[in-house]
Amino acid sequence: MLDDFMTRAFIAGLGLALVSAPLGCFVVWRRMAYFGDATAHAAMLGVALSLAVQTDVFYGALIFAIIMAWATTQLSGRNYAMDTLLGVFAHSFLAVGLVIVSFLSGVRIDLMAYLFGDILAVSASDLGIIWAGTLIVLGLIASRWKPLFLSTLNEELSYASGFNPKREQLFLTIALGITVAVSIKVVGVLLITAMLIIPAAAARNLARNPELMVFVAGLVSCISVIAGLRSSYIFDTPPGPTIVCVALFIFIVLNLFKTLRRLAH
Amino acid sequence: MKLEAFVTPAQAWRSNDMSLITIEGLTVTYGSVTALKNVSLGVNAGEIVTIVGPNGSGKTSLLKAIIGAVTPLEGSIRIKQGLKIGYVPQRLNLDPTLPISVGKFMRLTNKINKKLCAIALQQAGVTELAEKQMSELSGGQLQRVLLARALLGTPEILVLDEATQGLDQPGSADFYRQIEKVRKETGCAVLMISHDLHVVMSTSDRVICLNGHICCSGAPETVVATPEYQELFGTETNGALALYRHSHDHKHDHSSSENSEAIN
Repeated sequence: MLDDFMTRAFIAGLGLALVSAPLGCFVVWRRMAYFGDATAHAAMLGVALSLAVQTDVFYGALIFAIIMAWATTQLSGRNYAMDTLLGVFAHSFLAVGLVIVSFLSGVRIDLMAYLFGDILAVSASDLGIIWAGTLIVLGLIASRWKPLFLSTLNEELSYASGFNPKREQLFLTIALGITVAVSIKVVGVLLITAMLIIPAAAARNLARNPELMVFVAGLVSCISVIAGLRSSYIFDTPPGPTIVCVALFIFIVLNLFKTLRRLAH
Repeated sequence: MKLEAFVTPAQAWRSNDMSLITIEGLTVTYGSVTALKNVSLGVNAGEIVTIVGPNGSGKTSLLKAIIGAVTPLEGSIRIKQGLKIGYVPQRLNLDPTLPISVGKFMRLTNKINKKLCAIALQQAGVTELAEKQMSELSGGQLQRVLLARALLGTPEILVLDEATQGLDQPGSADFYRQIEKVRKETGCAVLMISHDLHVVMSTSDRVICLNGHICCSGAPETVVATPEYQELFGTETNGALALYRHSHDHKHDHSSSENSEAIN
């Protein structure tokens, strides 16, 4: 079954859909959209270094995504605002990564594959990594749901209830690092944030409570992956961007639906 | 104004059996900035203590130290064993994309049934809001829901961090009357920080005036009359307090000469 590249693509895409839904909700709630973006860009340095030492890009991406997430959490609020630091790190990590790749002679490296992902090239061992990452992140979020949620609402309230919000922030950034690393091959650096944010934003209109929003976001992600992969096969379009386009389409439809319903009242 | 009316910081408070929170010699620094220096104070069961002070006077640092959000450089914070603290934050970091109903928010930190939840909402004066979305609440409603949430665990002390920020003066006055009512009904102590000087004074048993250190403390009338207070906040506050009391709290009998002077 895993011999078929389309089957592998579906399994990989669904793993990404499941992990991006709850994490995406937190990213939206905590207004960390740029954080996800920056982490993904920084991971490119990890990809380049992995290629240089000929190891799986997953490990390099994971290490640099977490370094970046950790560094910005530690350094922000001292001399620079968080988004300034993110801008500095994200783009210089990306630039250094691209420069390193240009020195790598011999192997012809298709960088496009890492900027936009190539879900059709996912191997059976990649599937193992993607699903392991997915399960770890889902477990992390499920086990720390209440403190994570409380620290999102108010830091002091979180302290007063006995949870250190800085620790929760660290959990979330590690989860984000893992997610970025596992999704680099699937949708690529440029589209990871889209997969985090668009389904969560689309789900907002249908949900009256946070757990339901996560569930709906997961549903939107899964539908986007399935319909996106089918469409890319039928229309011969690049799969990663097609998946994101389907998610955007659902986002627009749900918003139109909400607007129409409000007008009808 | 008699000199005996003054209470020096050192005399202001002594640890006793009634004390819920005892702070001694507290110093809090952020890098090279000293937010609090050698602050000692305490809160007894059932009393309303208000901390006032200008911006940057260390009010928030003090509360943060009490709930464990900052680690003090020096000094001790002793909290009565098993003390139930109801914390009311200044505001929520509530993104409009976060869907959550009032009832669900209330039950987030306390696993309780809907009936207790309704009682707490009633104590805070917002019975009708249980099914509403948090993002739909007005500033005043949100503050009351935060208060209701803090009341859930039947706290022995309520700790409020500038709870009326963003409310207009009548709104703040209403909120403080609610606090007073809650205290009357439940007997819990209240520790709050505020810069709503005029309004807060009338409900407090004790006021502590903070500016990095404790400038003065004591009963509201006493504190308002001290030169330290007047240097920080000006003398006109005194008149505003008196006027406020005159118009909103006329059941009380004010014999203080400070107040009658200001009204005249």
